Amino acid sequence: MNWSALTVFCILFGLVTVLGFVAARWRQADLNHLNEWGLGGRRFGTIVTWFLLGGDLYTAYTFIAVPALVFGAGAIGFFAVPYTLMLYPFVYVVYPRLWSVAHKHGYVTASDFVRGRYGSPLLALLVAITGILATMPYIALQLVGIQVVIAAMGFTGGGLMGDLPLIVAFAILAAYTYTSGLRAPALISVVKDLLIYITVIAAITVIPAQLGGYGHIFASIPADKLLLATPTDHNTGAYSAYATLALGSVLALFLYPHCITALLSSSSRGVIKRNMALLPAYSLALALLAFLGYVAVVAHVHDDPAYADYFKQYGNNFAVPALMLKYFPAWFVGVAFAAVAIGALVPAAIMSIAAANLFTRNIYKEYLKPAATPADEARVAKLLSLVVKVGALAFILFVPTEFAIYLQLLGGAWIIQTLPTVVIGLYTRWLHRWALAVGWAAGMGLSTWMVVSQNFKSTFPLHLGEWSLPGYAAFYSVIVNFVIAVLLTLAFRAIKLAEAADQTSPADYEHDVP
Amino acid sequence: MAAPGPSKLKRTVWYVILFIPFFVAIWVPLFNRIEPSFYGIPFFYWFQFALILVAAAVTGAAYKAKI
Repeated sequence: MNWSALTVFCILFGLVTVLGFVAARWRQADLNHLNEWGLGGRRFGTIVTWFLLGGDLYTAYTFIAVPALVFGAGAIGFFAVPYTLMLYPFVYVVYPRLWSVAHKHGYVTASDFVRGRYGSPLLALLVAITGILATMPYIALQLVGIQVVIAAMGFTGGGLMGDLPLIVAFAILAAYTYTSGLRAPALISVVKDLLIYITVIAAITVIPAQLGGYGHIFASIPADKLLLATPTDHNTGAYSAYATLALGSVLALFLYPHCITALLSSSSRGVIKRNMALLPAYSLALALLAFLGYVAVVAHVHDDPAYADYFKQYGNNFAVPALMLKYFPAWFVGVAFAAVAIGALVPAAIMSIAAANLFTRNIYKEYLKPAATPADEARVAKLLSLVVKVGALAFILFVPTEFAIYLQLLGGAWIIQTLPTVVIGLYTRWLHRWALAVGWAAGMGLSTWMVVSQNFKSTFPLHLGEWSLPGYAAFYSVIVNFVIAVLLTLAFRAIKLAEAADQTSPADYEHDVP
Repeated sequence: MAAPGPSKLKRTVWYVILFIPFFVAIWVPLFNRIEPSFYGIPFFYWFQFALILVAAAVTGAAYKAKI
């Protein structure tokens, strides 16, 4: 047992627990209203939103998995960098429109918007179900991050005792999310990000220096790992995979419920726009962390007998924790691991709130109790946030970790299928609601088949004539989805299939607070 | 309340500028090379790292221009 690391870890964990409960009193308001519990009253300014979105997008799992991918696969793992740099101009242009229309009409979820825009409860339900399905495994993956660092501090026993720290951590998280709603992760994300930045800066300066500097580290990486394999005759290989992985991820990310929740909780369009210029600070941290994958290769952590058992259990995801154990003093390992664990709690809280919002607004209120008051909604959402977390915990405890990773991968391919409905819907409702529903179904089926047929790899070798174009399954399937939606819209218009009323007007998409 | 936004032409020009880093980032052959390296860091890595700064600067400039 690594006692000094564990002590520091527990102190920091205790601190954020206190913050989580204190958050209920922050900017005090009636938390028995879904707008307050589930969206923090839509009052977060530039700085809080920066921390909240940063804590939401750059999860603990990201910080472990991206270097792990670079560690194992080399240059292709760096796709996270073009992904995050393309993300912000895209969100800057598109998503203030969602904020505006949601603010104007009191929408809490993307499905609320779809319901109002297309007048179609069914389409709204499809979007809600997709969101919940995609979010559940994502929460489970956050737990994997916590599990890895807890194990690395010496809790390696099997059975209930081995799982106890994870259960305790999650029970605490569930309790303060229940009490404080979105205010809890918003406040905790400030601590989380400070810890993450301290850890990242320490890791990228201290560790490479002990290994002869970055020049030496890059020189020691085999050439075939350092660059993407160049395309061969009629096969675009790693080039198309890299570009479509980045592009598909950009298109998918802000369709996730937890991203939309954080976005809608901001106080104005300006807050979102300013953040799109300020959030790339996290991308820089992520790029530097990706380098740690190579640092781990050169440090030979994989061959170190001290870590052999961990690598066996957690695979390449142990690369970064191993580096920290090897090069940091024990007390600082506590800081770094607390950063990872708290970095998992923030998104897990937001994700469970987002899933609860979706269920409450688009299933409970729509189908189970149309007369629900805002207080009923808040009560159901609070309970649901508990159910969602217990579900994710049970998943991690009883199902092999690979399944969570597989499902999260499928989740990305599923959530992007709501792109034509949500994003195109922000500009035009030309696409017919039934056409969108059929396109969605086709996209869901196709993306699932693509991912499963490749044994749960995210890239699919598309064959066009004599060309082979390996690319992100989510990206290919959403194109098919979109084409079907366009063709069917033309057909439905031709046979004059009924249209529904649009609750929104063009000015709503530019609406801002004074 | 809709703010009296910038002219349509100005918006279009800015949208094009905003998406330049976008196209550079997916044009892989442009940067999939070792040289010119920067203090031993291959072009592939430092170029994309620098592109984060460019994209952020462009987004910030668009905000300043009230797009």
